[in-house]
Amino acid sequence: MSWDYAALLPGAIVLSSLLPGVFIFLVREESHTLRTVLNLVGAIAKLVLVGLMIYGVWLGQVFETRIAIAPGLTLVLNADALSVLFVTLSTVLWLVTTVYAIGYLEHSTNRSRFFGFFSLCVSATVGIALSGNLLTFVIFYEILTLATYPLVAHRGTPEATRGAKIYLAYTLSGGLLLLVGAVWLRTLTGPVDFVEGGMLGGLSPDLHGQLVAIFAVLLAGLGVKAALVPLHGWLPQSMVAPAPVSSLLHAVAVVKAGAFGIVRVVYDVYGVTLASQLGLLTVLGVLASFTIVYGSILAMTQDGLKKRLAYSTVSQVSYIALGTSLLGPVATVGGLVHLVHQGIMKITLFFCAGNYAETLGVANVSQMDGVGRRMPLTTLAFTVGALGMIGIPPIAGFVSKWYLGLGGVEAGQHWVLVILATSTLLNAGYFLPILYRAWFRPLPASWPKEHHFHTRFETMGALLWPPVITAVFCLLAGLLASAPFSPLEWARLIAEREYGL
Amino acid sequence: MTDPLVLCIALPLVGAMLVTALPRWSVRLGIVSALATAGAAVALTAAVWQQGTLHLILGGWDAQLAIALRADGLATALVLMANLVGLGISVYATGYFHDRLRVRSFWPLWLLLWAALNGLFLAGDLFNLYVMLELLGIAAAALGALTGNRDAVAANLRYLLVGLLGSISYLLGVALLYTAHGTLDLGLLAQRIAAAPELFAVNAAAMALMVAGLALKAALFPLHFWLPPAHANAPAPVSAALSALVVKAAFYLILRLWLDLFWPITGMAAAMLPALLGAVAVLWGSWRALRAERLKLLAAYSTVAQIGYLFLFLPLLTATPPGPARDDLLAALLLMAVTHGFAKAGFFLAAGLVQTNAGHDRIDDLGGTAQRLPATTFAIALSGSALIGLPPSGSFIGKWLLMQGAIATGQWWWVIVVTTGSLLASAYVFRVLSRAFGLEPTPLKFITDARAEVPALTLALISVAVLGLASGPLWTLLGLSAAGSGTGGGV
Repeated sequence: MSWDYAALLPGAIVLSSLLPGVFIFLVREESHTLRTVLNLVGAIAKLVLVGLMIYGVWLGQVFETRIAIAPGLTLVLNADALSVLFVTLSTVLWLVTTVYAIGYLEHSTNRSRFFGFFSLCVSATVGIALSGNLLTFVIFYEILTLATYPLVAHRGTPEATRGAKIYLAYTLSGGLLLLVGAVWLRTLTGPVDFVEGGMLGGLSPDLHGQLVAIFAVLLAGLGVKAALVPLHGWLPQSMVAPAPVSSLLHAVAVVKAGAFGIVRVVYDVYGVTLASQLGLLTVLGVLASFTIVYGSILAMTQDGLKKRLAYSTVSQVSYIALGTSLLGPVATVGGLVHLVHQGIMKITLFFCAGNYAETLGVANVSQMDGVGRRMPLTTLAFTVGALGMIGIPPIAGFVSKWYLGLGGVEAGQHWVLVILATSTLLNAGYFLPILYRAWFRPLPASWPKEHHFHTRFETMGALLWPPVITAVFCLLAGLLASAPFSPLEWARLIAEREYGL
Repeated sequence: MTDPLVLCIALPLVGAMLVTALPRWSVRLGIVSALATAGAAVALTAAVWQQGTLHLILGGWDAQLAIALRADGLATALVLMANLVGLGISVYATGYFHDRLRVRSFWPLWLLLWAALNGLFLAGDLFNLYVMLELLGIAAAALGALTGNRDAVAANLRYLLVGLLGSISYLLGVALLYTAHGTLDLGLLAQRIAAAPELFAVNAAAMALMVAGLALKAALFPLHFWLPPAHANAPAPVSAALSALVVKAAFYLILRLWLDLFWPITGMAAAMLPALLGAVAVLWGSWRALRAERLKLLAAYSTVAQIGYLFLFLPLLTATPPGPARDDLLAALLLMAVTHGFAKAGFFLAAGLVQTNAGHDRIDDLGGTAQRLPATTFAIALSGSALIGLPPSGSFIGKWLLMQGAIATGQWWWVIVVTTGSLLASAYVFRVLSRAFGLEPTPLKFITDARAEVPALTLALISVAVLGLASGPLWTLLGLSAAGSGTGGGV
């Protein structure tokens, strides 16, 4: 085990939020400043470290932290192109979410507990992103479940407790399935390292039956967090959590971890060629397509803004799985880039939903008449996110859908275009009415529960700027899609490596 | 005699005499003895680490008559676990008992129990083992009845009788073996059993008697009936010792006999029976834990389930040929036993704090208490996640290897038992933890009672972070890494 810089960096990235998190638990409740400093120091340190890592990966350096747990069981954290994509997404969005959460929870109770688990949650997410083998992935995947449970239950109301219980029942069962799949696979192959192009290609055809069964078990385990229908039941229930947590669950951590796991298993464990041979991609594609349409239809029927966004997540995250299920680099690019694009768009929408609830007490779509005039910046950010979700150019979502459609055509699967078109129509169907109400309906006489913050802006600064910033990200990711280091370019780089181009 | 082998047994024994002779100083003398004993255990571990298995013959006679002590990797790992847990329990106990009578009766009995425990782990002959087993049972039952209330006395009287029954069954087996082979030394006996296949019937009868007697003491389903009331009604530090250590000692003895003595006659059928009972124990114990109304009863039923897991290893060990895969199983078994020791002790100590603080331990009414004692709640959460087998706890690695062994040997049904057991365990642990997220007011401080909370939290942390992330030394201690590194080591 060498202790040079390249061997320490991935571990340090995980620790940069883990250690502050542990200290935050010990901080007295009223020490607002100390807690904020710890939070921001962790978030910024992680950002700097990730920056160093991206630079190094670009230069061709290999970063790998290995810790032997026991003979034959090793914790591996390393940085390949795919992990850099996810780690950057979660690190950047974590910083923004931390600022937002500090503003959002200003006057609530149990803040040390909240921010402690908040930091653990992000540590687990970057651990998932950097996992170099299936064992490490499983470990961080389970830790993520444990770290998010207290966040979902945070409010302490009976609904919160119930939502958290449902969340836990789903995710722990999923985690166990993943564990069984991982152990089973290990008995066939030895340690399951993530290798670009897959590591099971050389296995004898006699084992293919078992490999299909293992894939089913792994997919069931990962599908819970990725909210594939019919395993999505926990996601709308966990909407009782505070807004920053919803953002975290939907955009940064939990559903992303599931989707990322599916990507890892298909590309870096099975290898896309073997997965296609075994017919696994078809299964995944059907499940993803069904989820995309079903989630959108349910979203249309929801009046609660957060519930509508939740079902929209169910639908949108499956774009990633859809891209993964199509054989061909272009579809891969579409799926991978949506990992980032869905994250920045959805987090914007959830921040805005939180702002409406905190500032005006507006939680339902039917109460949103005229919010655009009362809160123009927030609503502008919301509009960018919503139009992006529909896929209007030049916002990020358009790029994803373009590549997915193109990839479908390239793979000869023209039905993908039908799915995309249906989904786009449905997206428009549940987002445009909100935008219409917000901008064109008259203001109500009074808001359900209005707060006045001492500021010249529409709401508290810590709440206002995060969605504005992420909305700008959505625009930039679309406008500068072919600039170097853009999510699209990075997704291309990954796709090239996965297909050995 | 300054050999750590002797010190591990002699120091707590001397301590027990001192606290009996000078009852006014019992807390101070007790804690000094605890520190000294734990120090001896650490020294023993260091010695075994460097030199390998240690042997010692006391009294100068030859091995057939004398008291033989032996410390191999398995015994040393358990001694180290037991003594660190024992130290934690001792520190906790200094603040737990307030009644002078209880203080004065706790320390002598506790140190006696500790001596017996170390003696049992380190004994090298069957009779010596019997003496230690008897001593352990009596000290444990007396400690368990320390609260003095009716339930506790009744439960522990039953515990005492069950313990005696178990010991007698064990002793009968020993007598059979001695008549047949003329020795009590474990090493010699093992050779003679292997060399005399014609005595199969006697050996098998002896094995059945001994294992059955010990299974009663280890609370293997359906012989677990005595455990929940006895463990749930004892004072918290005693519950911790009983659940984490005493039950484990009986299991250790079964394993010892199974691996060292009876390996020539243990076939698949013989291994299947305890494993099936273990599987039922996992499911039934977890289910009863889920239905338990009181925190300590929950913890006690969880022990029944956790002991069950250990028995699942027997058919896997039988089916796996010697080599790295079998080494992994053995290490995983030890890891699960050790992790459970730390986790359950931490859990019971924390539960005791909850009980003193709230005045009761009814799970449904624990709302505010969980918020008032954040460090205690954390200790319960950490040890709870080790009981479930969530990463990064030691039992996660243990279960990983257990399932791996089950799939590799084609005994996939144990995987179903393990996953179901884990789900039930998550249900009972989170049933407690969900009380921590009520609308009750915010705590002001993380640690409220350092002397009690620090040991609970430390033990829980060891079970989660240390054992889960650095379990490699167990392989080294078992002397297995040399065998394992060539072929199956992997990355």
